[in-house]
Amino acid sequence: MAVTQAPTRELTPEPRGRLLVWLTTTDHKKIGILYLVNSFSFFTVGGIFALLMRTELARPGQQLIGAHAYNELFTIHGTLMIFLVIFPILAGLGNYFVPLQIGALDMAFPRINALSFWLLPVGGLTILSGFLAKGGAAACGWTCYAPLNEQLGTGVDLWLAGLILVGTASILGAINFIVTILRMRAPGMTMMRLPVFVWGILATSLLVILATPVFTAGLIMLFADRRLGTSFFDPAHGGVALLWQNVFWFFGHPEVYMLILGAWGVVTEILSVFSGRPIFSYRGVVLSFLMITALSFTVWAHHMFATGAVELPFFSITTELISIPTGVLFFVWLGTLWKGKLRFEVPMLFALGFIALFLIGGIDGVWAASPAMDFAIHDTYWVVAHLHYVLFGGTLFGIMAGMYYWFPKMSGRMLSRKLGQWHFWLQFIGFNVTFFPMHILGLRGMPRRIADYAPDRGWSFLNLVSTIGAFLIAISLLIFFANVLTTLRKPRSAPADPWRANTLEWATSSPPPPHNFDALPAIHSGRPVYDARVAEAGPTDRGSR
Amino acid sequence: MSTAEITDERVARATSGPILGMVLFVASEAMFFATFFGAYFTIRAASPAWPPKGIPHLEIGIATVLTVILVSSSFVLQQGVRAIRRGDGRGLQAWLAGTLGLGISFLGLQLYDYSQLGFGLKDGIFGTLFYVMTSLHMAHVFGGVVFLGLVFTQARTGQLSRSRHESLEAGAIYWHFVDVVWVGLYTVFYLLTPR
Repeated sequence: MAVTQAPTRELTPEPRGRLLVWLTTTDHKKIGILYLVNSFSFFTVGGIFALLMRTELARPGQQLIGAHAYNELFTIHGTLMIFLVIFPILAGLGNYFVPLQIGALDMAFPRINALSFWLLPVGGLTILSGFLAKGGAAACGWTCYAPLNEQLGTGVDLWLAGLILVGTASILGAINFIVTILRMRAPGMTMMRLPVFVWGILATSLLVILATPVFTAGLIMLFADRRLGTSFFDPAHGGVALLWQNVFWFFGHPEVYMLILGAWGVVTEILSVFSGRPIFSYRGVVLSFLMITALSFTVWAHHMFATGAVELPFFSITTELISIPTGVLFFVWLGTLWKGKLRFEVPMLFALGFIALFLIGGIDGVWAASPAMDFAIHDTYWVVAHLHYVLFGGTLFGIMAGMYYWFPKMSGRMLSRKLGQWHFWLQFIGFNVTFFPMHILGLRGMPRRIADYAPDRGWSFLNLVSTIGAFLIAISLLIFFANVLTTLRKPRSAPADPWRANTLEWATSSPPPPHNFDALPAIHSGRPVYDARVAEAGPTDRGSR
Repeated sequence: MSTAEITDERVARATSGPILGMVLFVASEAMFFATFFGAYFTIRAASPAWPPKGIPHLEIGIATVLTVILVSSSFVLQQGVRAIRRGDGRGLQAWLAGTLGLGISFLGLQLYDYSQLGFGLKDGIFGTLFYVMTSLHMAHVFGGVVFLGLVFTQARTGQLSRSRHESLEAGAIYWHFVDVVWVGLYTVFYLLTPR
């Protein structure tokens, strides 16, 4: 039991030199920050790739980049954003805040924790190093379907090696999270008092453990086919090309939920804090998370309707089913806001933006679950719109909400509210200007993953609009980075609990000491910090809350 | 009784962190191998004849010996676990040495079997499935031998005791899992492949 043990780390002298401290740290908070720094670096790279693509597509005709380079860009853009940005940011926030939220000293396995972080930059750089290889980086899309994936150059091998490293990192991380959550909780922190973000990370980790190894197996099969002369995906030698799609999506659809469950947890918590209301139905949230975790293993072939080789009604029904727990979450969010005293701080703005955009992305998903609809929009820009509404409009807005919410805890400094508002509005408007027109482009038949289009197709204007939106997003993110960098130069002044929040991380100083807590408050509910605040205010004040 | 005391008591009864971690790791490994079995049956179902033409008949003899070796090694290892639970450190060392011996002979015999088969990795889809699946399993046996070898060193230097032998318990869970995977491979490649 961690809480009852003495903090042994204090006994070993820290190595000298700040860089060495960061390179060798096993402190979950420092590792969490390393995750964030690493992810936002890859985010910048992936974002520049997106801007290059949007610039190319702004007008018909080839201006900036050739078709093959374009293929490399969208492949690596997707791969980086999914595996090295969105997922690791959530894992980083989880690293920092899961132990704090459950009242633990650290993660269960601190050294494995450091290992699972350091595999990430190595894996990411391996993928990126494809640009230096003969034939360039992987150019088969992040899904990298057979048989194209067997025909391209060395870039695909580097892509495979990088993803195996990243996948291994996430499996180790997931084991660590589950053991931490099940074994390291402070006295009184029962499972049904866990903050919803911790539930999100727990569900994510279950998905990682059960789905990621499937992907690893597929990557190994592909590598063996490419380099060892086997024939898993090669029909000419008895293999089955469609096997790759089945393996990929059996992992790939749970992956989608790995990318959002954590963000749902962040947003649910923030909505509760900034509306001054308890979560409308805590049990509803937990049950939805668990149902989605289970159902996400039954829906993979909805990505393969157009192959004609899958059971359409089955996968259509399971996909419609999974929208039910997702719908429950929406009602929980609305119920939490209902009659609340809303405080429109920056984290709340992003959380509300999340609800609006994720609703659009979610409804897009329900549409696409219908095979009749899917046949029409498969592989068009409509799909690009859908996936960005859930992953960017959804998860990334949730992540930004979390960044503004937790930045004071991590750094001891409050981010500028004014810059935060600019960031939010520019990102919100820029996002919709970029991605909403893609719905229409898709319905007008524009295929995804093309570097150029003819001027007479009627796609030119909306593509130009979309490109302008992409640059608005870029400006909004520059504001965010400027906000972070200027704030970090200011003196530490953030109080322990600047937001009047509920969960345990706000019971310790900002930033927390190396051992996390000098003293833990008594935990009698899911909102120990709220309880402590009410008790301090005295009985007269209790009625007014 | 305070809350802290209650919790401590509960924790003492619950599975320890490292063992829980190993159970989760084995769950993820199970999905890893399940993918290959899924691939096997997908490919076999799409194949006009099984085994495909031109593949020499797989002799069941050596594979059966391999099965006996690995399955009995699990029982031997479990005797070691029972020994240390009684506090019998010397007994543990003997049983562990036996397990390691059986594991190493499994690896040696399987390599010999490979040399006798008469078809290779590149000989069509059967070679692909057989060699990739059995060699990934072999890598896991090798990993298990290394892991249990480290546990053996711990046992020899007296680091394991009746109350503290999590590494052994975790290693045993892993070893039994690797054993079960082999039984699956034996079933699929020998028992379920028509002659």
